[in-house]
Amino acid sequence: MKLVKNASAVADDWTHVADDDELPEGKAVVVSLARFRADRDKLVGRNAPLGLRLKSNEAPSSVAEDLGRIALVALEFPIFRDGRGYSHAVQLRQRFGFDGEIRAVGDVLWDQIPHMIRCGIDGFEVGDDFPLAAFEEARTVFTRHYQPDVTGQPTILELRHG
Amino acid sequence: MYRYDEFDQQAVDERVAQFRGQVGRRLKGELTEDQFKPLRLMNGLYLQLHAYMLRVAIPYGTLSPRQMRMLAHVARKYDKGYGHFTTRQNIQYNWPRLVDTPDILADLATVEMHGIQTSGNCIRNVTSDPFSGVAAGEVEDPRPWCEIIRQWSSFHPEFSYLPRKFKIAVTGSEHDRAAIKLHDIGIRVVRNAAGETGFEFWIGGGMGRTPIIAKKIRDFVPKADLLDYATACLRVYNELGRRDNIYKARIKILVHEMGLEKYSALVDEEFARSQGTVKLPDAEIARIQAYFAPPAYETLPATSTAFEARRFEDKGFRTFVRTNVHAHKVPGYAIVSVSLKAPGVAPGDASADQMDAVADIAERYSLDELRVTHEQNLVLPNVKLDDLYTVWKQLSAAGLGSANIGLISDIICCPGLDYCDLANARSIPIADELQQRFADLERQYAIGSLKIKMSGCINACGHHHVGHIGILGVDKHGKELYQLQLGGSGAEDASIGQITGAGFPPERIVGAVETVIETYLSLRHGDAETFLDCYRRVGLAPFKAALYEAR
Ligand code: HEM
Ligand code: SF4
Repeated sequence: MKLVKNASAVADDWTHVADDDELPEGKAVVVSLARFRADRDKLVGRNAPLGLRLKSNEAPSSVAEDLGRIALVALEFPIFRDGRGYSHAVQLRQRFGFDGEIRAVGDVLWDQIPHMIRCGIDGFEVGDDFPLAAFEEARTVFTRHYQPDVTGQPTILELRHG
Repeated sequence: MYRYDEFDQQAVDERVAQFRGQVGRRLKGELTEDQFKPLRLMNGLYLQLHAYMLRVAIPYGTLSPRQMRMLAHVARKYDKGYGHFTTRQNIQYNWPRLVDTPDILADLATVEMHGIQTSGNCIRNVTSDPFSGVAAGEVEDPRPWCEIIRQWSSFHPEFSYLPRKFKIAVTGSEHDRAAIKLHDIGIRVVRNAAGETGFEFWIGGGMGRTPIIAKKIRDFVPKADLLDYATACLRVYNELGRRDNIYKARIKILVHEMGLEKYSALVDEEFARSQGTVKLPDAEIARIQAYFAPPAYETLPATSTAFEARRFEDKGFRTFVRTNVHAHKVPGYAIVSVSLKAPGVAPGDASADQMDAVADIAERYSLDELRVTHEQNLVLPNVKLDDLYTVWKQLSAAGLGSANIGLISDIICCPGLDYCDLANARSIPIADELQQRFADLERQYAIGSLKIKMSGCINACGHHHVGHIGILGVDKHGKELYQLQLGGSGAEDASIGQITGAGFPPERIVGAVETVIETYLSLRHGDAETFLDCYRRVGLAPFKAALYEAR
C-alpha cells in the first residue's frame, strides 16, 4: 500500500485501527463508524488527530455534528462500480464544509481519479504497483469542465460568458 | 443545430486521447478485460456475441448531413457497410475491431460526435421528440434544454458510477413522441400562468424486467433550477439506489420501494440545500437557444398544387404521404418520416449508401437537417410540399421509400440472438416474418395504426412492454418461445402491456399475432377505432379466447 497526495507518494501519518485493537498512544488513528459510535467520548478526548472510515453505505450526514472533531475521512470503495463515495465526498466538502483530508481506500481505478479529485478526494491509498502516472494524467486529461466541482474552477458554462 | 465551440471540441478531443491510452493499455495487457470494461462502456464499446459493438450518440436525435455522411464513412471503413439505428437515438456498429475504435472516435470527433456515455452506469445520451422544433402545437423546442443537459451530464464527476444506467428524455409537446414516462427522468417543457418556461418532471419510469410508468414528481421546475433539481434527484438516487442486485438498481425500484412521497421529500431537502450550485446563466441559455432558431423558411402558401396533382395521379406517392408525411408548423412545409423497416432488412439497419443518400436529400430538400427516432426510423424535418414528390422518388431509389410508418410492419426490434449474448430468442427473423405475413399494404392500412415491439429477452431493449402488441423471447427448457403482450403504449397515455398467457413457439408466433389482428378487426367499432382503443375497450378476454381456446 502507498498513500498518494498531489500525484506523489507520501509518508502516511495515520494508522488504521481495527475495531477490537488497542488505540496506539498519541498516534493519529482512523477508526470505523462502529468503533467511533462505541468509543466516541474516548476517541474525541484523545490528544491526537482522529480519522473516520466510512463504508460506502455510511453517509457523512450520520456524523454531521462530529465532523469538526475529525481531521480525516476515509471513504471505502469496496468495488470501483460502487459510486456512493463520490456523492459522500461532495457532501463532505459542499454541505458540511469539511476541510480535512478525504481519502479514497479500496478499489480505485486509474481513470476514476480525475472524478474523485473533482469530488473533493485528496488522498489515495493504492497498491504499491499502482502507477503514479495515473495521478499525473488526472491533472491534465481534461482541461475544462461542464459542472461546478469542489475545486471551484469556473465551469465551461461560466467561462463562455466571462 | 448546435455547433461545438472550442470548449466542447476540446472536451471530446481529450476524451478520445484518454480512450486511445486506455485501449493501448488494454492491448498491451496492462489492463485486464475486467478493468477495461467500465472504461470502454463509458465510450459506448460493448462486447457482444461475436465481436465488439460500438454505440455512437446522436444527441436528442438531431444530426446534420455532414454527420450522417461520417456515420456512413465509419460503416464503410470500419464495419461491414451498415449501421443499426437504435431505440435510443443512437447508432450501433456491430463489427468494429478494438484497435480501430480510437480512430473511429477520432473520426467522429471531427463532426462533433462521440460514443460518450452511451453505455455504463451513468447519465446516458439524452433523447427527445424527433419532431422537436417543427411539430405544430409545441410549447417550445426542447432541444436547447437537451443540449444543456447533455453538457451538464457529460463526464459528470459525481454521477459516473451510479447504481445503474440513467436515461433522461425531454419533450416540448403534449403528444409524447419521446416516451418520457418510460425514462428514469422524463421532462416536459411547460409554461406557467405567467408565461414562463419551466419543466414538468417525471421520475422512475423504465422497462426491463420490471416495467414501471414514471410518476410525476414536480409540476413546474423553473428554468434556473433545471440542473440543480436534476442533481438533487440523482444525488438521492446515487446514495440510496440499490446496489445489491442489478435488476433492482434502476431508480424506478428505489422510487417504487420507498414511495414517491418519501423520495420526493428527500429530493426537496437536497434541492433546498444545493439550489444555486449549478449556475445556468441566462446568457448561456440564450447562446444555446440561438443555435436552434428556426431555419430560413420561405413564405409559402399552405397548399401546393403540384403536390396535390402528384398525390392524385400517383398511388404509390399517395400512400407514402398518408403514412410518412406529417403536419409541419410552417405553412408549405411537411415533416417526412423515412422508414428503416423495409422488408428483408433488420429494423433500424441502414447501409452506408442509404445514409449518404438521405444526407444528400436532407441537404437539398430539408434545410440541412435530419432526425432519428426512438422507433428506429429517420426524419427529414423540413421538406417543402413542392419537393415532396422528388424526395419520395429519391428515397425510393435508395430503398427507403417504404410507406409504412405507424403501421404493423413498422416494427421495433432488438438485436436478439443474432448479435446479443443475453438473448433467449431470435427477434430479427421474427420481425422479418411478420413483415412478410403482413406485406400487403392495403391490409396494413385496413389494420391501421399499430405498433409491434419485440425484445429477445426480458431486458426489453425492444420496448415490448409498451408495444400495442409486444413480443418477448423467452427460454423454456432450452426452447425459444415468444410471449405476447397486448395494450402497451409508450406515448402520453403510457401503459404496460398485459401478457396473454403461455408463449408460442417460433413457427406459431406470427400466426398468433395474426389471430390477434383478426380478433381486433372483428371487434372494432368502425374503421377509426385503433387497435389500442379497441383493446382498452374490450380488454384481454376476447383475445385470450381466440388465441388459446381454438388450440
Ligand atoms: C450485449 C447485450 C445487449 C445488447 C446488444 C443490447 C442492445 C440494446 C439496444 C440496441 C438498446 C436500445 C439502444 C440504446 O440504448 O441506445 C438497448 C436498450 C436497452 N437495453 Fe440493452 N442491450 C444489451 C444488454 C442489455 C442488458 C444487460 C440490459 C439490462 C440488464 C439491457 C437493458 C436495456 C433496456 C432496459 C433498454 C431500453 C429500455 C429502457 O430504457 O428501459 N440491455 N439495449
Ligand atoms: S432485449 Fe435482450 S436479447 Fe434483445 S438486445 Fe436486449 S439484452 Fe439482447
